Amino acid sequence: MALSRLSSRSNGITRPLSAAFSRFLSADTTPITIETSLPFTAHLCDPPSRSVESSSQELLTFFRTMALMRRMEIAADSLYKAKLIRGFCHLYDGQEAVAIGMEAAITKKDAIITAYRDHCIFLGRGGSLHEVFSELMGRQAGCSKGKGGSMHFYKKESSFYGGHGIVGAQVPLGCGIAFAQKYSKDEAVTFALYGDGAANQGQLFEALNISALWDLPAILVCENNHYGMGTAEWRAAKSSSYYKRGDYVPGLKVDGMDAFAVKQACKFAKEHALKNGPIILEMDTYRYHGHSMSDPGSTYRTRDEISGVRQERDPIERIKKLVLSHDLATEKELKDMEKEIRKEVDDAIAKAKDCPMPEPSELFTNVYAKGFGTESFGPDRKEVKAALP
Amino acid sequence: MSAIIHGAGAATALSTFNPVDSKKLAAPCRTNLPARSKRYIVAGSDASKSFGSGLRASHSQKLIANAVATKTDTSATTGTGHELLLFEALQEGLEEEMDRDPHVCVMGEDVGHYGGSYKVTKGLADKFGDLRVLDTPICENAFTGMGIGAAMTGLRPVIEGMNMGFLLLAFNQISNNCGMLHYTSGGQFTIPVVIRGPGGVGRQLGAEHSQRLESYFQSIPGIQMVACSTPYNAKGLMKAAIRSENPVILFEHVLLYNLKEKIPDEEYICNLEEAEMVRPGEHITILTYSRMRYHVMQAAKTLVNKGYDPEVIDIRSLKPFDLYTIGNSVKKTHRVLIVEECMRTGGIGASLTAAINENFHDYLDAPVMCLSSQDVPTPYAGTLEEWTVVQPAQIVTAVEQLCQ
Repeated sequence: MALSRLSSRSNGITRPLSAAFSRFLSADTTPITIETSLPFTAHLCDPPSRSVESSSQELLTFFRTMALMRRMEIAADSLYKAKLIRGFCHLYDGQEAVAIGMEAAITKKDAIITAYRDHCIFLGRGGSLHEVFSELMGRQAGCSKGKGGSMHFYKKESSFYGGHGIVGAQVPLGCGIAFAQKYSKDEAVTFALYGDGAANQGQLFEALNISALWDLPAILVCENNHYGMGTAEWRAAKSSSYYKRGDYVPGLKVDGMDAFAVKQACKFAKEHALKNGPIILEMDTYRYHGHSMSDPGSTYRTRDEISGVRQERDPIERIKKLVLSHDLATEKELKDMEKEIRKEVDDAIAKAKDCPMPEPSELFTNVYAKGFGTESFGPDRKEVKAALP
Repeated sequence: MSAIIHGAGAATALSTFNPVDSKKLAAPCRTNLPARSKRYIVAGSDASKSFGSGLRASHSQKLIANAVATKTDTSATTGTGHELLLFEALQEGLEEEMDRDPHVCVMGEDVGHYGGSYKVTKGLADKFGDLRVLDTPICENAFTGMGIGAAMTGLRPVIEGMNMGFLLLAFNQISNNCGMLHYTSGGQFTIPVVIRGPGGVGRQLGAEHSQRLESYFQSIPGIQMVACSTPYNAKGLMKAAIRSENPVILFEHVLLYNLKEKIPDEEYICNLEEAEMVRPGEHITILTYSRMRYHVMQAAKTLVNKGYDPEVIDIRSLKPFDLYTIGNSVKKTHRVLIVEECMRTGGIGASLTAAINENFHDYLDAPVMCLSSQDVPTPYAGTLEEWTVVQPAQIVTAVEQLCQ
């Protein structure tokens, strides 16, 4: 029921739910219909309706999880500045609605694959805060045992395929996963996420061609935050209608700051892909931070623009307004929830900081899979042993 | 069906095998996978038996006068064997694996209806259908990526590059995703792909179609590379590569597809990490692989007539090197000549020279010599092309020089 759904979403967050919040769970499951803020723009297909079915639980869950994601990213920002996270750290704050909306429309059998801005999607797929912070700080308890880092989060059991550093390369991988789903008759789809910058990669079009040719259940999602690192989309792409770029492949343009629009679009896309093959979704979204922590984010856009988007289109504010207008919680309760989330994140960080670094022997593990019984030996092996499966 | 691994070494290999009673293997998460019985084969590397103090004695009894090793011992076990060409051997191996495991699929350009540009996949599309033998459009980057993505979920694609050189377009996928995903995901995903295709210098195919990609791929961590050279090891390596959980790049050679040989009827596989002893000898170790094996064997005929006794090892496993077999040979002969088709700079020979010097320096009586192709794009003109690769005459000269 609602409780199990909530705990599955916040998997690994071991704190008991606050009294204030658990009150809502016993609240009614009455459905609420919400209108998306903007209509969908469609290419070669009929856009879905603007009315989205939801419920009070879902609204509150959306709020809580998005606030958690936001808090996590801000905390990662401070950790990076404290030099506990090194290398590259790409933050997702501002774009949470895409992760949340997508999760609400699909199951854990459907696969998601994305590039390096993957912290929140990992969380949405069932990852825990502890795993996130441990991996970011390179500790043993991280989801990739500390060997992957910020750009390499994976969760096989929830069909989250990462986490890739080279943008664009994940789209053929995603189409391959869709191919495997079709091959094994899984009735599941794959969402391959990429940005407006990566949308200009040739391999996307190659993969799209094959997916359309072979009718693969692949959904290509362009998270258009209008900047490819420092290059605005109008300076990188002749045509910035990314949803139309599929040409013969249908597309849908969605307001990516509205979690319900994303949910509706993903549901629509899943149904479409299972029947008709690939579809492109363009999520019109925005990131508040720069491209990564080494990018201030203000050299190629004005601070007014950032604060303007934050005031008018912030996804969490939107949900907050909906929650308040439907009388699902009071301002104070929401503030308490946020305080609780803050504490949760701080606890997870403290726990991750205590976690040890990987053992030196871990340097050499997982380079090869020791399958099939044969092992590679150095100069002093005595016998070659093989087990035939 | 019983399967046998033949240890490396044509002359002495005697595989003892102890079949374990069939143990049901837990099927992977996909549905409809038949449970397979497990058999354990222990094949002692022939070096373990024949090397050591008993070496001289045993060897003088079996002095091999002919240059090319006789294959009589290997098919002594059962049946008469059947004769086929190398590309047919590859096809047989592929077909057997596809029969055995429904997760194996083939993707590449013209592999399906056309039957494969070198006929390796001929007839497979008719037998297994379009979903398992996939004709891709010309987009190496994308279909290699797709194969890797499919492998992440548990399928076992065999990705064919029509010519190895075309796989340069897929270098990103092979290096970053294929090689590294097992590591960066902390072991969550394995990538059981086989990437195969013909490479090497052919007959006046031009510079771009005569590339030797083993030198470019050899640094990628996480992949294994093997090179086949005979129908026997082609089939064995193909089967082993498909069954391996690691990504394996199988290098074939354009000019070797029509080699004919008799191979056993029963099922067998070759060890991916083991080198093959082609001709045991005393005076010098010649390490080679793929097409150069035949140039070496031709030179060996001349050398035997001149009184030399070269030991020829087909290293087969390009990554990782089989330093055990190689090391034992070096300890015996104290002289090494590497004959390869890669270019001098950064080729397999260069890495092998470094590895031998590092590990076996004390056993060497002479510096390791490496004969490689010239550092030039392969020219079209026949005479020039001949001079880019190593010829038997050069091998003979090199051996004479080393054995002074």
